[in-house]
Amino acid sequence: MDAFHKLQILTGAAKYDVACTSSGVARKAAAGGIGSAEACGICHSFAADGRCVSLLKVLMTNICVYDCQYCVNRRSNDLPRTTFTPRELAELTFNFYRRNYIEGLFLSSGVLKNPDYTCEQMLEALRILREEYRFAGYIHAKIIPGADSQLIARIGALADRISVNIELPSQNSLRLLAPDKSKHAILGPMGYIHSHIKESSADRKRYRHGPKFAPAGQSTQMIIGATPDTDFQILNLTESLYKKYKLKRVFFSAYMPVAENTLLPAMGTKPQLLREHRLYQADWLLRFYGFTARELLDEQHQSFNPYLDPKCHWALNHMELFPVDVNRASYNDLLRVPGIGVTSVKRIITARRTAALNFDALRKLGVVLKRAQYFITCGGKTADGMIITRDAVLRALLSERAWAMYNEKFPLHPEAEQLSLFDEPSSCQEDVQKCLTGQI
Amino acid sequence: MLNRPNMIYLYDGSFNGLLCCVFESYDQKEMPVEILAPDIPQATLFPVKEIMTDPQKANRVLVSIPKKMGHEALDFVRQAFLTCLPQKELHILRFMRMGYCHGPSVMAMLANDTVHILFKAVKHLKNESHLLKGFLRFSVFNNVLVGEIEPKNCVLPLLRQHFCRRYPEERFLIFDKTHGMALAYHPYQSAIIAVEDLVLPEPDQKEQSFRELWRLFYETIEVKGRHNPRCRMSHMPKRYWKHLTELNRPQESLITPIY
Repeated sequence: MDAFHKLQILTGAAKYDVACTSSGVARKAAAGGIGSAEACGICHSFAADGRCVSLLKVLMTNICVYDCQYCVNRRSNDLPRTTFTPRELAELTFNFYRRNYIEGLFLSSGVLKNPDYTCEQMLEALRILREEYRFAGYIHAKIIPGADSQLIARIGALADRISVNIELPSQNSLRLLAPDKSKHAILGPMGYIHSHIKESSADRKRYRHGPKFAPAGQSTQMIIGATPDTDFQILNLTESLYKKYKLKRVFFSAYMPVAENTLLPAMGTKPQLLREHRLYQADWLLRFYGFTARELLDEQHQSFNPYLDPKCHWALNHMELFPVDVNRASYNDLLRVPGIGVTSVKRIITARRTAALNFDALRKLGVVLKRAQYFITCGGKTADGMIITRDAVLRALLSERAWAMYNEKFPLHPEAEQLSLFDEPSSCQEDVQKCLTGQI
Repeated sequence: MLNRPNMIYLYDGSFNGLLCCVFESYDQKEMPVEILAPDIPQATLFPVKEIMTDPQKANRVLVSIPKKMGHEALDFVRQAFLTCLPQKELHILRFMRMGYCHGPSVMAMLANDTVHILFKAVKHLKNESHLLKGFLRFSVFNNVLVGEIEPKNCVLPLLRQHFCRRYPEERFLIFDKTHGMALAYHPYQSAIIAVEDLVLPEPDQKEQSFRELWRLFYETIEVKGRHNPRCRMSHMPKRYWKHLTELNRPQESLITPIY
């Protein structure tokens, strides 16, 4: 098989992995070597589905002994199968890197023979890159669940980021769809990696040249929409992963049906992209905005509002906390205002040291007034002509399209009312909105 | 008081030249209505004053900036000079006048119009240079890496450190077509030189095959069920596509898809 077919098969098999970030570590090439890494990460291209292409994302092999029902590479799927030799892969990576096509390598794999053997093959490719090519670019390696901890330690010493995929957000789903994997096989390595990273960074405080272990941390991925797990469960799991294992990122991947199976959504089912988007929005709120999962969702409201982003939704349900005055409010209070993000808050804090801010100034600082104006005051004043009723705010916060959809379902002004002798029991508009915003 | 408000300054287009304009503006207590570089001819009725570049004057201004308004402001002014902002010279002069007046806090006056315009321009410059760190494509000719870009801003000085650190053992050339400049590097020296035009030879077999492999990877990595060309366009505007290997296909393709 020639290089083209191999690349095509092993890329096609890897594309459902979401992570393609190259952030979290900064370094320059050592003498005689090639490659560097930027802490912010660099995207080298964007595929036609709008996802960033930063790393050469391939599998070592798409041969797999497991039979996970959601996976395109499962044993029972009839596919052309192939394997990269470690040297082929290293050479390809080097040549792509040299032409500035990529920021580094993302290496995952099906399970060839057994997890340990697969890890050894991956390890050899990484070793050739790091030692023979003296490659200092970014490497993201996937850990095969069930691999020996010695092997994990050696991969962590060569890679910048390592990850173990959770894939299915509950033990039940796992038992049903991935009978060869167990919760322990996934969380075990995660805990091991976490303690190793902690140890290594503690050592490096004492000895500057102590060995690095996965300097860009670890991440994981979950499939959304393949199982009946709710947003609330997923978000809670996410939060506990950030807290317990100090993950750098949790990725969500809307399930693309790849097989006909009674346990899974039917082929041709649209991926739940909006749900995935809402989860990412909530993920950002957890990591950068000081929100907790409990504030965004609870047992009564287990899924996100499709019409409003989680932050607006939260703010509309907590109108008693608003408006806040931009010239006085603290960093954390400002962060909670819809339409104001981390960058805008930092700019506001800087700019208000020299002059009092008005609405025009806020626009210059990059605040999205379309959303923020309902929740802030400048020097005690609200924006001109602002009427802050739930209805007006809700209308303004919905995009035109969402508003049209919303109106279609719940028309705001029903056709001119006919006089009637009997009062019809009206399902009040307000009730509908309360349902939508989750405040009952 | 600023007298003679209708003056136009003509400078040589260099950063030192601009610093001399600042010097002149303070020396003569006047505020020009326009500062022009020689390559932008403009018929005008206003009196034109040609500002000669004097390294001593320029240095006096240069030294004063970190003293009066901080190192951050100096970096900022240097970067503002690289942007494609129309009338950037005048905006820089206004900013520096503010800086001499208010001191280091000028960098915090983000809501001020003068500062805001320059901040926006510098942000554009930095964004573009960050994008080009990824979107630049090298081709290998005779073991030399050659890449071409068409940025709006003058980004080469900002790309210099990144690429020199990344490829310390390579020889490479990055040609900026818009500004007729190139960043040339061979171990371990780099220079930004003026280059009129660059004609590249036909790529050899090996180069073509790597380009083809990259195109194949790029096409395969897309998840077809999530096709979203608008999202791609907003992350990677079309003006960059011209120089991207993966979006420019030669006539006949070497490979047919197998599934």
